[in-house]
Amino acid sequence: MSPLIIAPILIPLITGFSALLKRRGRRRVAFALGMSANLIAAVLMMASTFDGTILVSQMGNHPMPFGISLVVDPLSAIMLLLTAVMAFLVGIFALATIDANRERFAFFPLFAFLIVGLNFAFLTGDLFSLYVAFEIMLMSSFVMVTLGGERGQLEGGIKYVTINLISSTIFVVAAGLTYTVAGTLNIAHLAIRFSELADPGVTLVLAGMFLIAFGIKAAIFPLFFWLPASYHTPPIAVTALFGGLLTKVGVYAMWRMLILVLPAATAVLQPLLIVISILTMIVGVLGAVAQMDVRRLLSFHVISQIGYLLMSLAIGTSEALSAGIFFMVHVILAKTALFLISGVVHEFEGSYHLKYLGGVTKRHPGAALMFFVAALALAGIPPFSGFWAKLLLLRAGIAAEQYLLVGVGFAVSLLTLYSMIKIWNEVYWKPNGKASNGAHASPLTKIERRAMIGAAAVMVALVFALGIAPEPVIELSNRAAADLFPTGTQQSGYVEAVVAASADIGGLSE
Amino acid sequence: MTRSPFFKFLARAMMPILILFSIFFLLRGHNQPGGGFVGGLVGASSIVLMTLAYGAEEVARQMRFDFRRVMLWGVIVAVIAGMLGLIFQSSFLGSIWFKPYLDGIGRLELGTPALFDAGVYIVVFGATVAIVMAMAEESDREVE
Repeated sequence: MSPLIIAPILIPLITGFSALLKRRGRRRVAFALGMSANLIAAVLMMASTFDGTILVSQMGNHPMPFGISLVVDPLSAIMLLLTAVMAFLVGIFALATIDANRERFAFFPLFAFLIVGLNFAFLTGDLFSLYVAFEIMLMSSFVMVTLGGERGQLEGGIKYVTINLISSTIFVVAAGLTYTVAGTLNIAHLAIRFSELADPGVTLVLAGMFLIAFGIKAAIFPLFFWLPASYHTPPIAVTALFGGLLTKVGVYAMWRMLILVLPAATAVLQPLLIVISILTMIVGVLGAVAQMDVRRLLSFHVISQIGYLLMSLAIGTSEALSAGIFFMVHVILAKTALFLISGVVHEFEGSYHLKYLGGVTKRHPGAALMFFVAALALAGIPPFSGFWAKLLLLRAGIAAEQYLLVGVGFAVSLLTLYSMIKIWNEVYWKPNGKASNGAHASPLTKIERRAMIGAAAVMVALVFALGIAPEPVIELSNRAAADLFPTGTQQSGYVEAVVAASADIGGLSE
Repeated sequence: MTRSPFFKFLARAMMPILILFSIFFLLRGHNQPGGGFVGGLVGASSIVLMTLAYGAEEVARQMRFDFRRVMLWGVIVAVIAGMLGLIFQSSFLGSIWFKPYLDGIGRLELGTPALFDAGVYIVVFGATVAIVMAMAEESDREVE
């Protein structure tokens, strides 16, 4: 086994503790180095799994159902790389923009621990460890949402904490039931057990519970209300990180549990998934159209995009999952870019409100260009990345004859474009807003300003690159999706790899 | 705020006992109830007791440690224990045993799991003291 596999957990862990040190300069250097090292590790990981290799490691050399498996299949590698890129760029953005008070109360350690949780969630091949990873992630995010203690933050924070604790409770109960039914918590082993299990009733209950638990975290239709209530309250760097990544972990966990482990029950749930997916898309985008605060507007878009990701699950074919994975790459990059750009505009003009902003195109054409690229990418205009993502997804829908889903996906896409045009008109095109005259006093130094603009620009460049050259990512998504589906009488590639790795050290051979 | 001299004496007397007891817990934990986490908590309670008796400022002056740094070192020790397994057993946290025979003591069983537990002990010790000190300093300020 390659020692690389443990690096995405250890690097941010050590970074987090190093960033607790007293001296401000050292703390910041430790954080920056840690996030860079994390990025390098993720790139190396991607390089060693790009050809479809699945890396498996058994913690402590205990074979499969007893020891915890760490598994990096192409899907995990994609998610790890995205997380690392985000952590690096948003980390730079945060180093430039986070105020001294938040920094004193351990903002950067929390940031690093959040990354520990995310990376662990993507690496682990064990259901209970997945729960632990979610908890690490949630604990850091709770504090990050409320850090600073402004009135709105506490209000949003309470909703966020309460609903996520409920979700965690359902998750841990579902994990307990799973253990009772299957006698194991290893995801690969579970997939084998459930494929042999005759009783569909139990698996249906489990699938429903996982859908609710992960659905709350992913903000799917009736369970989304906590997201717009809390996401716009913390500093924009936190919003960007959460909006870009946290809800997506819920979708990732759904893919793992529902497609890999409980495919039979998911097939039964398909009508429900279709309805949820449609409503999530529509409610999200309609909510977005009505907003006047850029951050709230983008938060509602997060929900709408989750609807698209859920669509891949609702269609349920390998082709759809592959499209969903590509969509995930696109939406994480595009959404974060939009949040970061709105942060840059706020830095120039001093507001997030559509009414108060205006005339940005004239004063800051660079920011306008960045927004233009990211917004069109999100709306799905060719040749930007969203076009390919939606094309693949809709094509998979047509192939599976889910015309209603496809129609709604198409319509929501137009509404997305409409709301992006709304931002464009109000913030960038309109001659001048109520408050904006371009003379906003900012506490940031010139270097900090450059760093934040640079981070946003690199993010936009990545979105642009994905639109121009989607081919390698599409190929990779195909490979990643194929590993989750059984072929003929064989188990899926993921399960085979984990079983083979355990057989090497004298584990069970099923 | 006046502090009881009896309590101060007791806290001083208890401190070595608690520390010894916590190390006993740490070592016992390999096969029996105990371990790094419990040991760390018991060890930290000795410092917490001193904080209650003497006040956070006095203890912070005497200790001259940054407990957050202690935490970092604990994590590093635990990670090293895991990495040894990775290097020699090709599995993170894989256990390596070293069993020397010492005259007069007998056979010792030293292994990376014990080292890992020691790391956990240090992290828990550091974290608990850091948290309690931060809270105590805050409440001392309010009293004054």
